Formats: sequence, C-alpha cells, structure tokens
Amino acid sequence: MSYLTIRDLEVRLKDGGRLLRRVSLSVAAGEVRGLVGESGAGKSMIGKAILGILPRSVAVTGGEILLDGVDLQGLAPAERRRRIGATCALIPQDPLTALNPSHRVGPQITDRLVDILGWERKRAEARARELLAEVHIPDPERVMRAYPHELSGGMRQRILIASAFAAEPKLIVADEPTTALDVTVQKQILKLIKEMQERHGTALLFVTHDLGVVSKVCQSLTVLYAGMVVEDTDVRSFFRAPGHAYSRALLAATPKYTDPAASLTPVPEAVIAAVRAEVAATDRGAA
Amino acid sequence: MADLTDGRGAVRRRAGARLWLSAGWLTLLVLVAIFAPLIAPQDPLMQDLMLGRLPPFWEAGSEPGFWLGTDSLGRDVLSRIIYGARIALMVALIAGTVTCLVGATLGLLAGFLRGWVDLVISRLIDIWMAFPPVLFSILLVAVLGPGLHSIILAIVLIDWTRFARVVRAEAMGQGAMDYVASARVAGRGRLGTMLREILPNVLPTIVVLLTLEMGIAVIVEAILSFVNLSISTDAPTWGGMIAEGRTSIHQAWWVLVFPLVALFLTVLSFSQLGEGLKDRFDPVLR
Repeated sequence: MSYLTIRDLEVRLKDGGRLLRRVSLSVAAGEVRGLVGESGAGKSMIGKAILGILPRSVAVTGGEILLDGVDLQGLAPAERRRRIGATCALIPQDPLTALNPSHRVGPQITDRLVDILGWERKRAEARARELLAEVHIPDPERVMRAYPHELSGGMRQRILIASAFAAEPKLIVADEPTTALDVTVQKQILKLIKEMQERHGTALLFVTHDLGVVSKVCQSLTVLYAGMVVEDTDVRSFFRAPGHAYSRALLAATPKYTDPAASLTPVPEAVIAAVRAEVAATDRGAA
Repeated sequence: MADLTDGRGAVRRRAGARLWLSAGWLTLLVLVAIFAPLIAPQDPLMQDLMLGRLPPFWEAGSEPGFWLGTDSLGRDVLSRIIYGARIALMVALIAGTVTCLVGATLGLLAGFLRGWVDLVISRLIDIWMAFPPVLFSILLVAVLGPGLHSIILAIVLIDWTRFARVVRAEAMGQGAMDYVASARVAGRGRLGTMLREILPNVLPTIVVLLTLEMGIAVIVEAILSFVNLSISTDAPTWGGMIAEGRTSIHQAWWVLVFPLVALFLTVLSFSQLGEGLKDRFDPVLR
C-alpha cells in the first residue's frame, strides 16, 4: 500500500489551460521517487498540488490525491491543512529565500513544532539541536542563534533538511533541492538527504531535472512531458532500457563527463513531435 | 560610511552621523515641546505693539528676553517656535502613526491575500490618488472645520495610499518567497503567515515610511496653517508664523526665517532618521 497515491490529477490555469494531464503516480512508504522533466513540464506543480500551495492562478480541477488512503481534495480546507502539516514537509529549491530573514534559525525550526503540533518549547529545542547535529552542522547552539544571512547556502540547505524532518513526516517533497547550490555542495546535500531519508524511513518525492541525481537517490521515477506522464518505472530498468522514445532521448542528452564534446545531444525533433502528438491525443480525449 | 568588523568577523555598520544628528535634533525638539512652559522666555500669545518687530539679539535695537525678535504684533518668535513644536510634533506623531496603521494594514492585506481584497484596495488607491492632495486636504479641513482633529484626519485620509502602495508591493514580493510556502505547508494559517512571516520583513520599510510620513505631516500642517486652516489664527504654529512673516519679509525677515529653519530641520531629520534606522535594522543589511 503506497503512502501517496495520485490518480488522474488535473491542474488547470484559471483560464482553462491544462498544466497537468491526468497524472497518476504513487510513492510507497520509505520509497524515493524521482520526478523528472523539462522546465515547465509540471514537476513542481505536482509537488505544490500535493502540499496545497498552488499559486492563486492555478487550481486542481480533477483527479484525487490520496495521502495514507485519504483523499485530500475531499477534506475541508482547515482539516487538509492540518493533515498536510502533520504528515508532510517540503525541502524547497532555493535555500536563500526559504528561511525567513527576520527570524533566527532556531525558532524557525521550533516554532512550527510548538505552535502547530503543540510540542513543549524545551522539547522542540532539544529536538532542533539533535537534528542540526544529525545534518552534520558543527556547533548547533551557535547556528540556532544565527540569522539566515550569516550562514552559507549549503548550511542553510542543511537547516532546511533538518527542519523538514523535524516533525517526523511520512512524506517529504524535495523541489529541486540542489539546483541553487554549487556542484561540490550539491553532492554533500544529496548524500545527506539520502542518509536522512533512509534513517527516518520517509517517503520522498524528489523533483529534479538531473537524471544523474535520480540514479544516485531514487528507486523509481516518473518522467513528465507537458504535464503528462510519459514513463513510470523503476530506476534500474529506466537506465538499462528506457521504455519511451522521449525517455531514451532524454537519457541520451545527459552530459557524460568522459566525452563532453559528444554528449550534448539535444532531444531530436521527431521525438518531440511524437510526444506532442501524444499530448494532443490525450487533450482530445479529455475534451 | 565605514564598515567595522566585530569579534565574530561579522560586518557591523556604524550608526553614522546622520542617525545621531537627526535623532539629536528630534530629541531636542521633543524635550522643548514637553517643557515648553518652562523654557519659553515669553508667553507666545502675548501681544505688545510697543515691542513690534524687534530684531534678533545680535542686531541693533534688540530687547533682552526676545532672543529671536518679535513679530509685527510684538509676540516673541522664539517662544512661538517652541510652542509651535508642540503642535508640529503632536501632528507628526499622531497623524504619522494613524496613517501608517491604516495604510500598512490595507497594503499588507492586499499584497498578501491578493484576489478580490487586492482588487478592491488597489482600485481604491488608484481612485484616491487621482485627487490633488493639497487641494484635497484644504477642502477637507474647510469642510470639517479647523482644529487639530481635522488636520490629523486630513493627513490620514490623504496619505494612507503612500503606505498602502509600498507595503502592498513589498508584501507581494515576500509572499512569493519559499519560506512562506514552507510555513503554509507546516500548517500556519493565513493570518499567522501574514503576521509572523511577512510582517517582520516588511517592517524596515514601514519604519522608513513612518518617519518620512512624520516629516510630511509636519509639512502638511504647515501648509494648512499657511492658508489659515490650522488650529486657530493666533495659535503658534510654524506654518502660521511663516504666513505672517511673509507679509513683513522686508521689514522683519526673522519672523519668516526662524520658523522656516525649524520646519526644515525637523522634516530633514525625520527623513534622515528613517534612512538611518533602515540601515541599522534591516536584517539583510545588518
């Protein structure tokens, strides 16, 4: 039984434009699923739909999002909010804007535990210290008293990871958590996310456009194109033999460090045309 | 401005002469306003035509006790400036604060909640700003009748848009940040997110605007006094003094110049205080 199940999710702009086209995917408890696609394919939109933070101009217009068997769309907004807050967390893309510049780091981790989950402050603070140590931050005491601008990007991303795991969520959505970091830090952060995920047994939906990252972190993956699921498979068979022509082209376009000159292969026009035709076909089916 | 480094290696900005000078002048003004009856050498309302148009103390023909001279009715200029500071500061503080509260609240609501709330407030701002402010304020006071309350109300009604516009834009910018999304995911409600996450980040801007607004309030009060729509005709206001001084500028320049200097320094101090405070308290610049 998977922890998160999305069935035929439709997300549309208020003016009717389709952003997600009958997207279905599932993440089992303790599983890491990668969600890949080009910019604008709707990867982040899925994460935002699950967490209930879609932009105002966009709305879920169909399908269901089941969290532990409960359809979130069927809940009253306050109850949905509460349920998401208690069981889900977000590791955001840009650590520079994901911590509130006006508050010290410590309270940003503990306030949510205290205000929303009703923990005692002492316990929350102890938990925050423990977590900061767990994400390998030296001197957690000092960091908790620091303002975000006093810390480096990598440090801030560690703090965000600690914060995401604070309330022992069942599901974490990581929205391109390493994109804004430089390459050396990226590697450490990836390792850390993986390590934390394994230790806590959390289900993780990992949004990224980097197939290299997928191969390191994920067990299964979903490939999106224009808001449509192109392929849904496990990582091993994907890298051995991608099922869809678009996936194959995407994999071929991944830069190879051994032969940088030959590796920048764009996705062929014919493949794009074919996948666009598929998208158009589902649109006709929906209309 | 020199940057200093503290023990932890963090760069710390010095408060700077700007902050100290402006805060110094305003503190002096506040003290003078509070202790006006003790400090003022003369009764600001006492007229004595025998003592009309006395020059300030360093010029020939001045009288001791009338340091900055007298106006055409023989009232002491220094004492009137001192009592005028009371009215100016009262207007600055009350009108500035109320304007700030009204404008910032509406701006925050519009910028954070967006949707129809934003639509209504933004259109209101657009319509409001189409009125010429000075004429609008004169009209308002003329209708409401002169008095401190009318002046304050006029300032609030004219200037709330200044706050609303800027705070709305700031709140919109902050609302798009990831930390707001994180707070929402964690289960913070709309009001909580607005007050705990957004407001602290908009606060430096609000403080700067507030100090600017206090300066503007002093000017508006002076303008209204100038066109004789302030408290009452013989109440000592800076604007009123400037208006009176204007008529006798060739015979007694000091009646015009001294209140003008007081007004100028006060308005300048308010704006500089705002800038100085922003430098000091903005979490990112800090």
